[in-house]
Amino acid sequence: MRLIAENLGGERGGETVFSGIGFALEKGQALVVTGPNGVGKSTLLRVIAGLLPAAEGRVRIEGGPEAFPSVASACHYLGHQNAMKPALSVAENLRFWRDFSGADFLGVEEALETVGLDGIGHLPFGYLSTGQRRRAAIAKLLVSRRPLWLLDEPTAGLDKASEGRFGEVMTNHCRDGGIIIAATHLPLGIEGAKELRMTG
Amino acid sequence: MLALFLRDIRLSIRAGGGALTGVIFFLAVIVTIPFGVGPDLNLLARIGPAILWISALLACLLGLDRLFQADREDGSLDLLVLGNDRHMLALTVLVKCLAHWAGSVLPLVIAAPLLGLFMNMAPVGIGATALTLLVGTPAITFIGAAGAAVAVALPRGGLLISVLVLPLIIPVLIFGVSASYGAVADPDPFLQPFLILAALTLFLAVLGPVAAALALRHGTD
Repeated sequence: MRLIAENLGGERGGETVFSGIGFALEKGQALVVTGPNGVGKSTLLRVIAGLLPAAEGRVRIEGGPEAFPSVASACHYLGHQNAMKPALSVAENLRFWRDFSGADFLGVEEALETVGLDGIGHLPFGYLSTGQRRRAAIAKLLVSRRPLWLLDEPTAGLDKASEGRFGEVMTNHCRDGGIIIAATHLPLGIEGAKELRMTG
Repeated sequence: MLALFLRDIRLSIRAGGGALTGVIFFLAVIVTIPFGVGPDLNLLARIGPAILWISALLACLLGLDRLFQADREDGSLDLLVLGNDRHMLALTVLVKCLAHWAGSVLPLVIAAPLLGLFMNMAPVGIGATALTLLVGTPAITFIGAAGAAVAVALPRGGLLISVLVLPLIIPVLIFGVSASYGAVADPDPFLQPFLILAALTLFLAVLGPVAAALALRHGTD
């Protein structure tokens, strides 16, 4: 499976934020997008996911499984928000996303254990701290299988131990033939990741 | 899809949901009317079906702005839009509408017979009004979804949604009320306006979600 972006350009409110970005990622590779605030890292991720129309160029996926014909169907998008409901318990949230996204991967308990949140699945999501919420959102990546992960500042609010654990999760995902694109300011600890520096 | 339906039902029942707000607003309007128009029992019985319909319609509009906004604020909407290949977005919207109807509007329909007693309506009239509400209110939710999708990015979109949606709901109101009257006033027909009401609901069940899905796809930023 390959993810190819050609001459990609994005705009926000009619103003060009970036242009001429191209890369090709084979399975098992990770791309870390870095750069100062406002340079368009989040916009790039949203353009890749297909949530924003590309101002120019295009993104496509080649040779993936038949279940994932497009980038949107092949990706897990983890944005700034965690996409979890504060009124529902952590386990209910995860169970919903597993049922909605399909392609079951880890069980809810197992996913929570992987991010170090075992034993709190019954708590309402709204009771968790910022870092715990982020970890629960990361567990959401694990309950259903997607080859492509688009992560927007995934480690915001995580402590050192959780960062290390998440680094392992991402390395494992690459080893299983997944692709990761992450926008970040902090080192993520993915072995052998490429870097894309956006300078504006 | 069933998971989405159950999640939205759960959210509407738990704290912060809109299930009770609508019923309380409905009750407040109906209870106020007799104070406003005076204690003329015949007059109340005559305007009863219309008042029930108008109050139910306004109560329906009350919770509509949260239909997509809550999902947008916590980022769920992005994921629902991205799931388009697995679950067509229009279907996702339809399921959200059905859950919203079952969670916030169905309680109004259930409360309507009781509130009909406050308006001194005859049992047949109460039954007919409740039946027309049951068949007609989904149409309000379906059109409302299109309005809610257009206004999803606006922080105070509730009023705008009402203004956008009200003109489109007028036919539903007209046929709903005329069918309710048809059941009690003898020469007026019941079945014809009732069937048109049912047809409107079915028609809007297709058009509303498709329009809302289109607005949501192009409204992400």
